Amino acid sequence: MEAALLKNIDNPNAADILEYKKIGGYKGLAKALEMEPQQIIDEVKRAGLRGRGGAGFPVAMKWTFASADPKFPKYLLCNADEGEPGTFKDRPLLEKNPHMLIEGMAISGHALKAEYGYIYLRGEYPAAKHILNKAIKQAYDNNLLGENILGKGITFHLAVHQGAGAYICGEETALIESLEGDKGQPRIKPPFPVNIGVFSKPTVVNNVETLSNLPYIMEIGGEAYAKIGTPDCPGPKIFCVSGHVEKPGVYELPMGTKLRDIIYTHCGGIKGGKKLKAVIPGGISTPVLPPDKIDCPMDFVNMPKHGSMLGSGAVIVMDESVCLVKVCHRALKFFEHESCGKCTPCREGTGWLRAILGRIEEGHGAEGDIDLLLSVAGNMMGKTFCPLGDGAACVVQNFIKHFRPEFEEHIKAKKCTVTG
Amino acid sequence: MFNETSIKEIEEIRTKYPNSRAALLPVLYVAQREFGWLSPEAYEAVADLLNVPKATARGVGTFYAMYKQKPMGRHLIQLCTNVSCMILGAEKLVDFLKSKYGIEPGGMSPDGRFSLVIMECIGACGTAPAMLVNDNFYENLDKKNLEEILGKYQ
Repeated sequence: MEAALLKNIDNPNAADILEYKKIGGYKGLAKALEMEPQQIIDEVKRAGLRGRGGAGFPVAMKWTFASADPKFPKYLLCNADEGEPGTFKDRPLLEKNPHMLIEGMAISGHALKAEYGYIYLRGEYPAAKHILNKAIKQAYDNNLLGENILGKGITFHLAVHQGAGAYICGEETALIESLEGDKGQPRIKPPFPVNIGVFSKPTVVNNVETLSNLPYIMEIGGEAYAKIGTPDCPGPKIFCVSGHVEKPGVYELPMGTKLRDIIYTHCGGIKGGKKLKAVIPGGISTPVLPPDKIDCPMDFVNMPKHGSMLGSGAVIVMDESVCLVKVCHRALKFFEHESCGKCTPCREGTGWLRAILGRIEEGHGAEGDIDLLLSVAGNMMGKTFCPLGDGAACVVQNFIKHFRPEFEEHIKAKKCTVTG
Repeated sequence: MFNETSIKEIEEIRTKYPNSRAALLPVLYVAQREFGWLSPEAYEAVADLLNVPKATARGVGTFYAMYKQKPMGRHLIQLCTNVSCMILGAEKLVDFLKSKYGIEPGGMSPDGRFSLVIMECIGACGTAPAMLVNDNFYENLDKKNLEEILGKYQ
């Protein structure tokens, strides 16, 4: 498959508007500006595009809700707060192909009749901030952003808003709070952002990769786009693979590519010919899989049938040398650190899970600790304000589900028997 | 009080938002740059300029990991130890920074040259272990290249 999202990525000047135009850049926007907003939404519906941030929500449906709201102005927010551990798919798009995102946002802005857009960029990407600001300026200078875009009477303003190191701001209502100048704590839904979002106005929040698909959909049309990948989840997907593989990195492949093929065909298999022990397929919040469960098509619909989730498409591969109690403990340190503190099950639960896992890892685990972990996780699942708490509980439940003997061994031996 | 350059920058920032409260995060960044960290004076300057309560400025500032609540070394090392970096040896690098430079996670080297912050994934998992020194990414780290890189930051 020819790369649509990562195209031109090896060109060192790819971020320049002239280079982007050379490969057909901004033709999708020109085409979109000839269309009525509803026609663009219909095209995206035909394409079957789903949000690439992790939830896989149908984009056209979200857009339709926001469009139907009579309040103006409307806002389009790009979620560039890529923070799910293991995920590094948006960074190349932001740093190498910023104009693809800007074009995608301008197209989406027209579809939504949104006059304002923000890119909520994580604080950990300082280079991307400079690159995006430069690209936005170029787009303004070329009348591709701002007022009366390409003389078609359409207005769309775009600016970068830099986050400051809070994973929770990847959750759309926390992102909105943060953009409004507050702590990034999620809001209760409903009302949904499509009706009452940033500055109390109808707001669509889409991921970087989602919005970067728009120029391609405009170029080839929704029908052709829908033929890529799987019928329920069409399109190209960027998978980012890290850990113990021969060739880690970002791979643009059709949605639904099997996890086994990603690891063994595209990434060259396990580093140094070692044995595979476990894979986290979609970022740290998604359920871990043992080696006999990796023949699953990587898309939003099929992964849950195989006991996990596509998440952000961040594949973390672990070989036999890895202690999974330690990985689980590290993951919970992360969730405890990133819990926003708003709701009790998450704030307290992540701390207790981390503490119990910590004592098991250090060799002070007690008999019954595994059941205690499951009890705490069970009291979090489905009871938290936002998915962060579910994610934390889910990690513990699935590590124990697939690798319980390793936890038991740790408690019995009072030390790690994997790494010594 | 902010200096003139910062005030000008803040005025420009404010034009991007429909109200001044929304400029709080970017203005906290400006304050951090100018004051070196978010000192009580820095919070006061931000609160005065944006007309928000000091408690709000501080409440928001302390929520986010990248706003510094104490003075920092001349150079900031932000080293990731999350899972992808951990399984490829990031913890050894933390130990190395401790033994070689005397920096504890969250602390500063005795000579004030470096501060070390442990990060929760910086989006460089495919080239792990990774860190940021000030605004620059460094990837595929081991003890040897880490020492070479840090040599550039005096």
